[in-house]
Amino acid sequence: MGRVILHCDANSYYASVECLYTPEIRNKPVAVAGNAEARHGIILTKNPLAKSFGVKTGEAIWQAREKCPGLVCVPPDFPLYVRFSGKMRRIYEQYSNRVESFGLDESWIDLSNPGVTIGDGARVAEEIRRRVRTELGITVSVGVADNKIFAKLGSDMKKPDAVTVLEPECYEERVWGLPVGDLLYVGPSTRRKLAQLGITTIGQLARCDAAVLQNKLGKNGITLKAYAGGQDRAPVMPLDHRACVKSVGNSTTPPHDLNTLDDARCIYYLLAESVAARLREGGFRARCVTISARSADLVTNSRQTTLDRATNLTDELAQTAISLFDDRFARGFPYRSVGLSCSMLSPDDAPIQLDFMGDETRRIHMEQLERSIDGLRRRYGHQIVQRGVVLSDSGYAAINPVEDHTIHPVPFFAG
Amino acid sequence: MSCHRENPAKIYVMVRADHLLNGRVRPLMFRTEDGPVCRIDRVTDEREAPALKAGGQGIRYTCLVEDRQIMLFHDDPYWFIEADTRV
Repeated sequence: MGRVILHCDANSYYASVECLYTPEIRNKPVAVAGNAEARHGIILTKNPLAKSFGVKTGEAIWQAREKCPGLVCVPPDFPLYVRFSGKMRRIYEQYSNRVESFGLDESWIDLSNPGVTIGDGARVAEEIRRRVRTELGITVSVGVADNKIFAKLGSDMKKPDAVTVLEPECYEERVWGLPVGDLLYVGPSTRRKLAQLGITTIGQLARCDAAVLQNKLGKNGITLKAYAGGQDRAPVMPLDHRACVKSVGNSTTPPHDLNTLDDARCIYYLLAESVAARLREGGFRARCVTISARSADLVTNSRQTTLDRATNLTDELAQTAISLFDDRFARGFPYRSVGLSCSMLSPDDAPIQLDFMGDETRRIHMEQLERSIDGLRRRYGHQIVQRGVVLSDSGYAAINPVEDHTIHPVPFFAG
Repeated sequence: MSCHRENPAKIYVMVRADHLLNGRVRPLMFRTEDGPVCRIDRVTDEREAPALKAGGQGIRYTCLVEDRQIMLFHDDPYWFIEADTRV
């Protein structure tokens, strides 16, 4: 018996919620955008009217305004979006207790049960679509399939306020002709590699020899081939948008571009402080450190390294990040934004292998010191204690990375 | 609270209500900051709904107040009515 999985995608989510709560902008082209003065001025999402003017997610506000002079830009209100996402989830949970959120605006719902057919899934999808519109005042697109990947593909096929059912019999006709980039987790880089093999459609990927794909893409090649053939078996995990923590990270777009290694050092100390504090707060240590850097022409690259031992100390994270940056990115200045993320988390009360050569007492003292600083900042605000390195640039000193809040979907690959 | 948004078409009201044993809320009377008390004679409908004129969303109570139909919204923790239903 095949599974029955729905993927619900709220259309233009942030913009739809803004238009719902602010009726005077409802019939205007609207974009939710970051703060232009703080250089976060990019379009996060736009309503269909703004889209018809060619406004694109990710472009700068000034670029969007050139195409659409009457564009209304509103700042994001994440607490409202989180709250509203909960209302959507409560509707979904009336149909199944297996609801997996993917960011604030997307969810998979697993309806699989003995006797439940794809046709039943389609009926539930229609009901959910109608209920979200009449009860919440926004619209969702729903995809119905026997696996998560194609359910998501289906929800992208017809928008807004629509249901798309993909049954196994119709894969060849309706799915395999689509561009391979439509598949979840085929990004620009994978698309380029697949193009080198002459693969441009989902069908070509599904039919390609597994050994050839593995040679080109490693084990991900095999996974993607299975996705393309509708063979994804990943379960729908009952998770909300907070999910189980797999990584802790922070990124920032500073008030001016990073031009020197000193700039990078300053910013990475800021980010490491915030990430280390959040690791300690969550009761974690991390072994894998990933840095990312976005160039002035908005191309993002990332590099990662694994530490010998898990840590939650600012100094160790910052030094690792800075040496990685120096090694990999030092020739690419200027950079517009940078990020630091830690994964391979372990509980901070897990036994650790002590280091004969290292100074364990110093590490313990450093952790005590940093926990004291965490306490001071909780009581008196982030700026109450600052590192000397951060004060070298007054623009950077004003950044509070802890409150730079971004909500990302949890990684699709469990790990 | 971020769902609190001022708007000429949205009138926030104070509400007196019964909180029932089953967790539901039954509004009994409401008044605007400077207006008279409006007693709710009957609630004829109760459902989740968007407030298209005032902006927002919540549990919409269709109330009869002196033979007039008033849409009273509860977007927790706020209560509001739409401007053209002011009494």
